[in-house]
Amino acid sequence: MIFHSLPARANTFMPPQGTEVASQFDTLYAFLLIASLISFIILIGGLFLFVMKYKRKSIDDKTAYITHNTFLEFLWSFIPFVIFMVVAVWGIVIYNNMKATSEDAVEIHVIGKKWQWDFLYKNGKTVTNTTDTSGNIVYSTMIVPEKTPIKLIMTSREQSDSVKPVIHSFFIPAFRIKQDVVPGKYSSLYFTADKKGEFQVFCTEYCGDAHSKMLAKVRVVSKEEYDQWLIKETEALMNLANLSPAELGKLVYQQNQCSGCHTINGSPLVGPSFKGLLGSDRKFADGATQKADENYIRASILNPNGQVVEGFQSGVMPVYKGVLTDEQISQVIEFIKSLN
Amino acid sequence: MSTGKIIRKDGHYAHHFESAEQEYTSSKQGVWLFLSTEILMFGGLFVAFFIYKGMYPEIFHKGAESLSWVYGAINTAVLLTSSLTMALGIHYIQKGKNSAALTQLIITVLCGAIFMGIKYIEYSHKFHLGLYPGQMFSGETGGVENLPLYFSFYYMMTGLHGIHVLLGMGLITWVAIRTARGDFGPKYYTPVEGVGLFWHVVDLIWIYLFPLLYLVE
Amino acid sequence: MSTAGAGHNYLEHGKGLMSWLTTLDHKRIGLMYGIFIAFFFLLGGIAALLIRLELFGVGEMFTGAEYNKLMTYHGAIMVFMVIVPGIPAILGNFFLPLHIGAKDVAFPRLNLLSWYVFMAGSIMAVCTLLLGGVDTGWTFYTPYSIGTSGGVVLMVLAVFILGMSSILTGLNFIATVHKLRAPGMTMNRIPLFVWSIYSTAILQVLATPVLGITVLLLAMEKVFGIGFFDPALGGDPILFQHFFWFYSHPAVYIMILPAMGIISELITTYSRKTIFGYTAIAYSSLAIAGVSFFVWGHHMFVSGQSAIAGILFSLITMLVGVPTAIKLFNWLFTMYKGSVQLQSPMLYAIGFMFLFTIGGVTGIMLAVIGLDVHFHDTYFVVAHFHYVMVGGTLMAIAGGMLHWWPKMFGKMFSEYWARISYLFIFIGFNVTFFPQFILGSMGMPRRYHTYLPEYESLNQISTVGSWLIGTGFLVLLGVFIHSLMYGKKASENPWHSKTLEWQTTSPPFHENFEETPVVTAGPYEYR
Repeated sequence: MIFHSLPARANTFMPPQGTEVASQFDTLYAFLLIASLISFIILIGGLFLFVMKYKRKSIDDKTAYITHNTFLEFLWSFIPFVIFMVVAVWGIVIYNNMKATSEDAVEIHVIGKKWQWDFLYKNGKTVTNTTDTSGNIVYSTMIVPEKTPIKLIMTSREQSDSVKPVIHSFFIPAFRIKQDVVPGKYSSLYFTADKKGEFQVFCTEYCGDAHSKMLAKVRVVSKEEYDQWLIKETEALMNLANLSPAELGKLVYQQNQCSGCHTINGSPLVGPSFKGLLGSDRKFADGATQKADENYIRASILNPNGQVVEGFQSGVMPVYKGVLTDEQISQVIEFIKSLN
Repeated sequence: MSTGKIIRKDGHYAHHFESAEQEYTSSKQGVWLFLSTEILMFGGLFVAFFIYKGMYPEIFHKGAESLSWVYGAINTAVLLTSSLTMALGIHYIQKGKNSAALTQLIITVLCGAIFMGIKYIEYSHKFHLGLYPGQMFSGETGGVENLPLYFSFYYMMTGLHGIHVLLGMGLITWVAIRTARGDFGPKYYTPVEGVGLFWHVVDLIWIYLFPLLYLVE
Repeated sequence: MSTAGAGHNYLEHGKGLMSWLTTLDHKRIGLMYGIFIAFFFLLGGIAALLIRLELFGVGEMFTGAEYNKLMTYHGAIMVFMVIVPGIPAILGNFFLPLHIGAKDVAFPRLNLLSWYVFMAGSIMAVCTLLLGGVDTGWTFYTPYSIGTSGGVVLMVLAVFILGMSSILTGLNFIATVHKLRAPGMTMNRIPLFVWSIYSTAILQVLATPVLGITVLLLAMEKVFGIGFFDPALGGDPILFQHFFWFYSHPAVYIMILPAMGIISELITTYSRKTIFGYTAIAYSSLAIAGVSFFVWGHHMFVSGQSAIAGILFSLITMLVGVPTAIKLFNWLFTMYKGSVQLQSPMLYAIGFMFLFTIGGVTGIMLAVIGLDVHFHDTYFVVAHFHYVMVGGTLMAIAGGMLHWWPKMFGKMFSEYWARISYLFIFIGFNVTFFPQFILGSMGMPRRYHTYLPEYESLNQISTVGSWLIGTGFLVLLGVFIHSLMYGKKASENPWHSKTLEWQTTSPPFHENFEETPVVTAGPYEYR
């Protein structure tokens, strides 16, 4: 295998460079790869040389009696020491650049929770995971303007008090930065994105069952585009105030991953479809029947496994008690009503 | 068993040692190493204590008010006395006065018992007031946030120390029985000395715990 | 009684299971550790193979919860029950007294007690499986470990007890080295293996108590909710990390220092040449042990500790590189003008140097704070510490076991198959872990049970490599079993080594030497 130590190759194994810091990082990394390769060749090359040159010929071989050589030992202590200190200081410089910020940085709040990233903008807009029509998770995307200092203010917290928030870590490989997100305190992350594009975000602090699915994206757009998006979102938020309860219920439906199991076109998925649900007769696994009224839907949301409709599995749907407010439940009921 | 003690002209010692002197110094070194691990273990607690005291000075101030420094002071006196009697016990064994040594060892155990008795009174009083550690706290916080954390420290530190006092009492009882049987004398008293060192360290830890928990300002 | 040893070798001195379970002989205790550590290595290895199998493709063979338990048990078993006790408890127990010309360790009863304590802790750790398992990772980070269910309390208590065993072993070795050296065996004449075990013992005694109090506090946190590490009660979860790494970074050197000691022995023996720079190697072990107490913060560069702390920890961490470089170059120059024989133990030693160098230079990269921000908690770290722990420590254990096998059992092994095992392990190791450096550079985080499609091909290579490693260790096990059953009788000193253990019979007497040796020269007088 060819060592990926050659600087040209090194970059091919690195994520794209999305920031100035990323290119500084890659330069130092390339330097260290070359330095490491040279030391490796000296050491292992010497090893192979000595193994071949001084191969044992007979059991009575006479060997040189060399106990030490102070000058050589000084050399291979001092030279590495100098190199180590140089790269350490070089690394500290890069680290300081990572922490550099400016007064007018755009601030975005990041909330880590099991297991998704939420982004909260100054105008009140919250970006969160959603589900598409076929039930797949659409990971949240943080939209940021390019060539603008950004400050992320991050913390970990859960929707419900019964779940203990844990430590996450916000990692953008393309920007070469990462910071732990700790419950009960705020931590910050700074960057200035140079290039437009979409970049991957990972959670890198082990946080439980879906740790590997705690993903998000950063989309870097031009400043104009960002401003337009902000204006549009602000307007949408203002319009929200004018929405009907059923329209609000649809948003709740979309934002809480209901659509993964409940369609609105009448065909059952993991759970029954919402279309035509209200007012229909429900037959349960235990044989009982009931007419689906508002109270039935409310009970099914708060305690989904209390009565399960025949033909569907129990224990699949999460309990939404403490997750949805009473107001949101009413909105969902209105939304279901609107599908009839 | 091949490592059984054998009577040799210079005393008892295990087969793998060259002399009783070598066995004695080795054992003593072993005891000191063990005691250093004890101190390091408590050291972790002390470090945590000072970090939180820096973070929330008010809870340590408020918490200390609910402790009775009188009980703490009596306990300090009791433990200091027991350290003295322990040292005397070793001294008498070295002189070959086993019965005098036995008396001192018994007094030491009794001091330990008094100490634990007073701790029992203190604990039950706090339980009565609901001053439990952390989550289980059900007493009055007096408006000080995170006050239960003080009681977590109080119970962890005095609790771990109390377990050591009980262990020490057990060990002293053991060497007292062996002293009564005549196992020890001027030539062989290593276990008594080892147990004694352990007991002194347990005292020493209390000497630090008392001002930190009871007299904190 | 005590003189019955001469004439009897230690394996024949006393018969039956009880004679083993009540033995105070350091050699037998070493072997008893060996059997169970090998068994736990098998358990941890199976977990490793299952982990690699899951990562063979993007698809999910195990659920996230199952995978997390696998990686926790792999880590916890390998760290606390295999690599930390490994060399000191097996080879250290067996050879430390032999190396310094003693009849036993200073406290034989304590030594047996350590074994029972180790067994108790290990059984407790395995029993956590019955309580639904543990999914915290071997690091037990709060507040995750406070919130999760399962056998966390039992597991951390098991770690506490395993720590006690480690402390007792270390304490025993320090007193043994100080007090039981044969006449003439000055500190400048003890073999380098003893120096490394001695440095390790200091770390075991000084660092492990802090782990003890840390896991005890975690257990209390889980049982009573004392709140030290729980932000909801005013505690600081980061404090747990400081406490944990204050032990666990020195623990890294508890794992590697004894391996370095073995390598020093192997290189001189198979080069038939005195060690180059005895003093430098001996004191570099102590230096590594000393510095290791001041570098724990490099595990926490992105945890939110202050920038100043991070910078200081980065600079201090660099200092560890210096004694490590000294060792590597001194081993290299030990071969210079020597008579190098590529026996299988020497192959393992050379493999160690090859892999440890890669582990070392990538360690330097991770110590650079600006680079670690990117590499932290990615597969780069996973690859780095496996190069050190497996490529380093396990290669050294394998080499050391082969080297000392004839002495331990009085039987030779199949050199041919030992070399085959080496090839499988060495090649398999690189195939498994080298791609992980690249994965880490690309940003793939660790502890992921599924990953983005672009990481798939490198993960597949890595999984294939794990099968090669598994085969290699099975072959090695076969070599040992074959030797026990059919091995030719070994002479006293088949490798023509100069250290003391080779100057007695194979296997040694119950009391090691016919009479206490008197030492007049250093350990490596090949002239």
